[in-house]
Amino acid sequence: MGRRVLVTGVGTFWGGRVAQALERDPDVEMIVGLGVEEPKVALERTEYVRADQSYSILSRIARATQVDTVLHTFLVVDSTRISGRALHETNVIGTMNLLAAAGAPDSPVRTLVVKSSTLVYGSTYQDPAWWREDMARTKPPTSRVERSLLEVEGYLRDFAEDNPHVSVSLLRFANVLGTDIVTPLTKALQLPLVPSVAGFDPLVQFVHEDDVVRSILWVMRNSQPGVYNVAGDGKLPWSEVVAMCDKRTAPLPPVLTNWAMAPLAALNVVDLPPELLDFLRYGRGVDNHRLKETGFRYAYTSAGAVQGFAEAARLRRTVGDVRPRYRYERDVEAFFRHSPAVARDPNAQ
Amino acid sequence: MPLRRPGTVLWREDGATADTAADLRRSDVDEWGRSEAMRSLARAVFGPVYRNWFRAEWEGLEKIPLTGGALIIANHAGAIPSDAPVIMHGIEEELGRPVYGLADHLFRALPVVGTMWSRVGGVPADPENAYRLLREQQQLVLVFPEGAKGTGKTYRERYQLRRFGRGGFVEIAMKAGVPIVPIAVVGAEESMPIAFKVRSLSRALKLPYWPVTFNQLVFGPVVGSLLYFPAKFRLRVLDPVVLDVPPDQERYSKSRIMDEAESIRVALQEQLYDMLKNRHSVWFG
Repeated sequence: MGRRVLVTGVGTFWGGRVAQALERDPDVEMIVGLGVEEPKVALERTEYVRADQSYSILSRIARATQVDTVLHTFLVVDSTRISGRALHETNVIGTMNLLAAAGAPDSPVRTLVVKSSTLVYGSTYQDPAWWREDMARTKPPTSRVERSLLEVEGYLRDFAEDNPHVSVSLLRFANVLGTDIVTPLTKALQLPLVPSVAGFDPLVQFVHEDDVVRSILWVMRNSQPGVYNVAGDGKLPWSEVVAMCDKRTAPLPPVLTNWAMAPLAALNVVDLPPELLDFLRYGRGVDNHRLKETGFRYAYTSAGAVQGFAEAARLRRTVGDVRPRYRYERDVEAFFRHSPAVARDPNAQ
Repeated sequence: MPLRRPGTVLWREDGATADTAADLRRSDVDEWGRSEAMRSLARAVFGPVYRNWFRAEWEGLEKIPLTGGALIIANHAGAIPSDAPVIMHGIEEELGRPVYGLADHLFRALPVVGTMWSRVGGVPADPENAYRLLREQQQLVLVFPEGAKGTGKTYRERYQLRRFGRGGFVEIAMKAGVPIVPIAVVGAEESMPIAFKVRSLSRALKLPYWPVTFNQLVFGPVVGSLLYFPAKFRLRVLDPVVLDVPPDQERYSKSRIMDEAESIRVALQEQLYDMLKNRHSVWFG
């Protein structure tokens, strides 16, 4: 019998990507996609369930579907898209409900994978060049997204301690680049002039979007409990990243940088939240050895992720967005999945 | 006696990052922020100063290992210390090996200065950084155990070694399993000596000290902040100290660490006195 997997945030980029990858895995028997929004990518056999952002119906779903694996991809790390209250609701309350459901006495869940971010390490001038998973950040968090992720990780630690029969994996992803992902940094890198902080040229590290999905499935398949940094090998200066994207930098003032950003954000030119302005000042590097020691092989280095993004951006500049548009139609999806009229391949699943 | 021709490629790609990234990279900035291109430019600019202004002379340079990691330590002096660039320049030119200089995190917070410092081989003095450089990458790392207590000395206290911190440098060398190579430096003290310090300014600006140097009194506040006196530099490399402990231990005996740090400090102090005994002139050596 294969795995029965529940994916959170199936309407988001990561939830959709992870569900697609799960569908290709013959060992996965059933996939439930939980989401506030409808899926944005075509899914063959994932069952979509709409839920409110704090997942209050989750324990019922878990009992009814007997999922043994939960992939929690729905932690918001981009604070420009969401209000502070919604961020707290999604990250902290959502995870609390998820953990409550997964830790219920009759819960069938045995594997839990959570997608966090290297934002939890922060970015200050006192930081070491490379963070290992067991190191504590040098200064308390100031941005709300960092605070919410640290709270989530705290709850997760307690959960892992209280539920030794569940394999809990926490993945901390570096800033993601790739062909499709849209983040404040990818938006910034597609401007005619790319923001930087005057006088600073930090060393930055990236992970490719394909490696993000691959690593989530890797720890799920191998039941690798623990905390893992996920980031491409090597670091490169921000100026070099910008040069690889065929752009030039436009420096922001090194003092009162947040104030200088405010009018640009208000005019919708570029919006880099405080945690990313710190990143453009001091950079960040995380040690990726622990995940490699489990046997995981990265397909891209940091420079490779930048290259992949730059190539996709060049293509888009010339021919526009060529990806097929997909719209979720509830009746159509239900028909293909459940109607007796649809001839199903008996070998599938 | 140059052991290797200068100008050859110095930096070593970290094995972990060398694979596919190498041909995509457009700069030679390594994972510490050091750029060999910037470093050789800095050497080209500093070369005349090193040769003609400070007229640096080495003794026992062959004691610095040509391969493998080593923690180089030295006495620290001068309001804006001139010993760090002289040591780094000398070793890189003569041995053809890069030297990473550890210094206060504070540098990194400064715009332009912090970036330039990092490109020419400066690394924030974090035990984790030092361990990785020494143990995993087997590099030469320079550190001044006195820290700002050494450079903040006034002229009256010259060549009197300060406390060697809490012996952190010994612990790092033990953990990394590398020898400690002490260097006694004569000349840096007189290149930019401090006449007195303004406590109220340093306290207000949260800096370790605010110096008023003799250079500023002679050349004025602007030129005097940049122009060193042409003191004659003599550098003597002491015998490497090999610490007889297994590397990678969780912790080491604190008393052993303090003893080692103190004995290195005493040895360095003795060598400094010996060099000063034989020095006839501050300017001509």
